[in-house]
Amino acid sequence: MPKIKQPARSPHIDMTPMVDLFSLLLTFFMLTTSFRPQEAAPIETPSSVSEKQAPDNDIMTIYIAKDGKVFFNIDNGKDTSTHFREKLLQKMGEQYKLTYTPKELDKFSKMAGFGMPIKNLKDWINAADPKERDKLQEGIPMDSTDNQLAWWVRMARLTNLSAEVAIKGDAETDYTAVKKIMDLLQENKVNKFNLVTNLQKDEVNLKDMPK
Amino acid sequence: MGEIIVEEKGKKGGKRKAKKHSTRIDMTPMVDLMCLLITFFMLTTAFSKPKVMVITMPEKTDNPDDKDRPEIPKNRTLNILLTEGHKVYYYIGIADPKKPAELPQLVKTDFSKDGIRKLLLIKNKDLFTKIAEYRDKRITGKTVVADTTADSAIKQMKKDDKHGPIILIKADENAKYKDMVDIIDEMAICNIASYAVVDPTPTELEMLKNAPK
Repeated sequence: MPKIKQPARSPHIDMTPMVDLFSLLLTFFMLTTSFRPQEAAPIETPSSVSEKQAPDNDIMTIYIAKDGKVFFNIDNGKDTSTHFREKLLQKMGEQYKLTYTPKELDKFSKMAGFGMPIKNLKDWINAADPKERDKLQEGIPMDSTDNQLAWWVRMARLTNLSAEVAIKGDAETDYTAVKKIMDLLQENKVNKFNLVTNLQKDEVNLKDMPK
Repeated sequence: MGEIIVEEKGKKGGKRKAKKHSTRIDMTPMVDLMCLLITFFMLTTAFSKPKVMVITMPEKTDNPDDKDRPEIPKNRTLNILLTEGHKVYYYIGIADPKKPAELPQLVKTDFSKDGIRKLLLIKNKDLFTKIAEYRDKRITGKTVVADTTADSAIKQMKKDDKHGPIILIKADENAKYKDMVDIIDEMAICNIASYAVVDPTPTELEMLKNAPK
């Protein structure tokens, strides 16, 4: 029997549906994206059942790493005209007799969380590459003679009057380290904290009620 | 002086036909780029926004003998002590250092479902059932109210509660941050109306040392 010859197919594949799908996905991701903020230290938060979302702006975050190092971050405010970070750095500069150039202020306003003695902050802002920058992140000093974290909190509250405080601590941090920060905040008349947690559902129903 | 462009006529006099191009466009580079962008956005997206647990601490007073301090009924007080190794101890009442003979015994428990939660549910039975029934009614559609109304109704129920436990959470220096978050979380799960995070007293630290391991 003669073999049936398959008709030669064109090597081209119609990519239109694929392109359609890709554009759809791309649009979706572009619209829903909110960039993961860069963090000074890896922090694994504990989990809770709370479903309240962290506010997007007007929030200062105090990071507590596993080893007790403390980092600080504040956002720029709801819109671009507020410049909270620049104002905060200027105020801190006045407090510690340090001056910053407008360029440094602008650069600082675009950066994320930081944690170093204030005398090293300039180096951090001007650091050439991320590696060098990370090396400077040694935690904000908060000993009783020079409690820089307290000044950051105080000045941040003066700069942004509606700023709330969030504490993002690692699950394995010692409670004493967190307690120290809470005490510090309470001394500065902050009595309401937002503890950043992961959502983990856990429910108790009426039928689970122990007899 | 104006120039007159003389139309050049084709050699053969007919209209010159445009070369017929293929209607297909090579989409490969476009697809490549899109793949790249999609991957980029997928990797940098933070999907789940962080959640927060709000905790309000009592305002600190300089004067410990303040007359305005609320008196805590002894029998309603449940003290929870947190210590190293995610261990939980509790006792009921007040540990008075002046009466060493009457010191309450610490009971050991843990963070599991049958541990501290069971105790909290038993202690807080009335309020918990009330709130759970209210929630059930909303879920089944027997009562239709807005979320905010429901929240304030639950808040009011907690406020009106006069029999539930008053919980004092005390963590020593060996406790981890997770322990504290977990125990506050238990308060939320069990609908505890009143609780506070406070410092342990020296007597309680002493009791912890002698507690069953």
